[in-house]
Amino acid sequence: MRLFNFNGGVKPEPHKKNAAGLPIAVLPAPSFLVIPLHQSIGGTPRPLVNAGDFVLKGQRIGAGDFSTAGEMSSAVHASTSGQVVAVEERCMPHPSGLSALCVIIKPDGRDQWIARQPFDYRHHSPSDTRAYLRDAGIVGLGGAVFPTHLKISSGKHSALDTLIINGAECEPFITCDDRLMRERADAVLRGIGILRELLNAKQVLIGIEDNKPEALAAMTAAVQSSNQNGMAVVAVPTRYPAGGAKQLIRVLTGIEVPHGKRATDYGVQCFNVGTAYAVYEAVALGQPLISRIVTVAGNVAAPRNYEVLIGTPMKDVMAHSQPLDDTDRLIMGGPMMGVTMPGNEVPVVKATNCILVGSPKLFPPPPPEMPCIRCGECAKACPANLQPFELYWFSRAKIFGKAQEYHLFDCIECGCCAYVCPSNIPLVDYYRFAKSEIWAHEREKESADEARERYEFRQLREAREQQEKAARLAAKTAASRAAALAHVAESHPATNANQSAAEVSESASAATAPDQAAAPTPAELIAAALARARVQATEAKNTTAPTAAQQAEIDAIEARRAEIRAQAQPHLPPDD
Amino acid sequence: MNNSPYLHKAASVQSVMLRVLLALLPGIAAYVWFFGAAILLQIALASLTAFAAEAVVLKLRGKPLRPFLTDGSALVTAWLIALSFPPLAPWWLIVLATAIAMVVAKHLYGGLGQNPFNPAMVAFALMIIAYPQHLSQWPSLPAVVQMDFAAQWAMIFNLPPTQTLDALTMATPLDALRTALHNAESKTTIASAWANYPAAGHLADRGREWVAAGYLAGGVWLMQQRIITWHLPIAFIATLGLAAGTAHLINPAEFAAPLFHLFSGGAMLAAFFIITDPVSAATTPYGKLIFAAGVAFITWIIRCFGAYPDGIAFAVLLMNMCVPLIDMATQPRVFGHKK
Repeated sequence: MRLFNFNGGVKPEPHKKNAAGLPIAVLPAPSFLVIPLHQSIGGTPRPLVNAGDFVLKGQRIGAGDFSTAGEMSSAVHASTSGQVVAVEERCMPHPSGLSALCVIIKPDGRDQWIARQPFDYRHHSPSDTRAYLRDAGIVGLGGAVFPTHLKISSGKHSALDTLIINGAECEPFITCDDRLMRERADAVLRGIGILRELLNAKQVLIGIEDNKPEALAAMTAAVQSSNQNGMAVVAVPTRYPAGGAKQLIRVLTGIEVPHGKRATDYGVQCFNVGTAYAVYEAVALGQPLISRIVTVAGNVAAPRNYEVLIGTPMKDVMAHSQPLDDTDRLIMGGPMMGVTMPGNEVPVVKATNCILVGSPKLFPPPPPEMPCIRCGECAKACPANLQPFELYWFSRAKIFGKAQEYHLFDCIECGCCAYVCPSNIPLVDYYRFAKSEIWAHEREKESADEARERYEFRQLREAREQQEKAARLAAKTAASRAAALAHVAESHPATNANQSAAEVSESASAATAPDQAAAPTPAELIAAALARARVQATEAKNTTAPTAAQQAEIDAIEARRAEIRAQAQPHLPPDD
Repeated sequence: MNNSPYLHKAASVQSVMLRVLLALLPGIAAYVWFFGAAILLQIALASLTAFAAEAVVLKLRGKPLRPFLTDGSALVTAWLIALSFPPLAPWWLIVLATAIAMVVAKHLYGGLGQNPFNPAMVAFALMIIAYPQHLSQWPSLPAVVQMDFAAQWAMIFNLPPTQTLDALTMATPLDALRTALHNAESKTTIASAWANYPAAGHLADRGREWVAAGYLAGGVWLMQQRIITWHLPIAFIATLGLAAGTAHLINPAEFAAPLFHLFSGGAMLAAFFIITDPVSAATTPYGKLIFAAGVAFITWIIRCFGAYPDGIAFAVLLMNMCVPLIDMATQPRVFGHKK
């Protein structure tokens, strides 16, 4: 099979041997589970339980937030049976150290499941299946935690050309997918089969980096015994970030999915092997996503993979691998894209593929930052084919417009540029900074736009009300005047007949005979003023009837704005 | 607390610069072999001046001394200045040139990584305008072999026994050919001028062609080490060769052969060490090709039609000015985007 290439990439020391050599150990429930309600991209699910409630294993405790986030949300479940002791804010596994609402469960030790029923997706509509996966809490387990149900939205009507299953696992230290494929290849494959049917995919390509021969062999054997046509296990060259969704799609199919575009529009879709396994458990076994495989590696005596209940505090997981004494930090994820944890109390969530234990020896602080010498090493390493040093330059100088022009938002923050930089510049930090500044600015602008619209609407309304009031007043005056004249005419028919008749006709036909010599009435004056104002209001604006060239310019500006707004969308597209 | 990536490749500005210096050694060795140890003295003078000048400016700018003095960039500039100047030039010339390169061309623009112009070439261009007589006096091989190091030392520092430089030096081949051709009365051709040239070697000046070969070898090693990409040197060599070759084919009497151009003057030094200064060169793949081709073509024009012995310094400075435009116009296609 022909493989394609992506620009750059790096080959850091893999550090995978030790943890990959041992089977997955299933960890028991800890003394307390801390289950955050917000675990995936999208809205925060609302809690369905209160303190004191008893919950069963697999019971839904957080329902997707569909009122504000639309479909972009996913449910969360109790990882074991027990009593809810609190629904409160706890520190999240996020470098900010911010807190968010969590359900705290004290396990009862019985590990009692809800009634589990397989879901017969063949006899349900695609939308029912999506709702089922959403309510089973299935999200991308490669680390991006994008709700899976949103990625199978192409449904059965339009066929997908290629379904890509991501088993590349390119980050150093992480081996959870490797172990999963080695030990549970058949289950993974059944998950893949379900995804394939849901997406109506013509072919399936399972991409695995060629440094995992055992996983390759296990998956190949599973594919052979499954007798599925149009499905192949492909060894891809080991080169970080080959496991990035965009990069793997490129390597396997040659297709480049641009930033902000949906992969399905290009005839491909990509899921992580862990996600496929979770889909299998949800659909075939009726088990929602309540656990995942987590690699514990780095500065520990016994690196290993564990099957961990979601919500287990990281310190309880780490303890099994015996962190060494000089441990100075905890990283969730790998050394290239992982994030430093605010403490070891934070829980394992659906995004936790690895708990990387760090030490000053393992991850020494980089030497002092030197100026950029434009050597271009970063550009050579960038898998998005960007010019990182230019982006650095613009981000540092806060020339954010230029940074966007140089495609800042196509940066996937893989860290290759910072990895190779001879000047030790924390390049990705500069891009994160620039992106968040742009997002903040966009939000500010949006709210300013809203405020301006509100203000303009109020002005308009007030003007209209004033007009109406004036018109009413004028009409009233005219009417009373006419009545008075009529009254006078009635009482003095002989003396004032001609005069009053003339006056009445004048006031009645003022509009039709404006050039009459008689002085205009207040009503006429007001009407005329309003008419003038109306004419002025329409004439004064040069935007009401622009020339074709002006209109084209306006359209171009609007298109640019729309593009910038689209670029500045904080949520990445469905990467697994 | 640092953020991801937590892993870093063992790379530093220092190691890049040191390998560039290392790559210059074959050329320097050939230089010493043919022309004596004077060049080492010049390199030492330039290096010391560069360190001193940089230390003073860093101090004045309130910057830390240690990381910037040890990054090796000052040494690269110093060595390139020494190697592009005549080896028996007076000591103050090299000191002045290096000081100007460090203070004006590098630090007044903001220091390491900020200079839009190649510092060594700024120094060279300034000196050739200010002191043309000193920069056109290149010792000839037959004269130099009779000099020992003490005599060279005396020459550089203007100590007794004073010798007049004129007795030792002669026009470089580039100069000799131009002078002969521009002399309207003599009706010489390239071939006859070359036949009369006393220091003619296989391709160019005897001795200096081997120095150029040394630079070529070092440059190839730099490419193999991935310090420089192929774009700049190959585009430079190809363009100079193509320009010279085309003209030579059309009119061999007035235009020298491509190999002569490539192995004369500073062509090889420029191809691998001068135009590859990443700070002042174009950075995109296509941009590098345009930049290097521009330098080569302007060099050839100045060599053939100009009044200076070599045109590389001016060509580099002119193309340095175009770098922002070139880079902007040649941005590579970003992943997922159409060009």
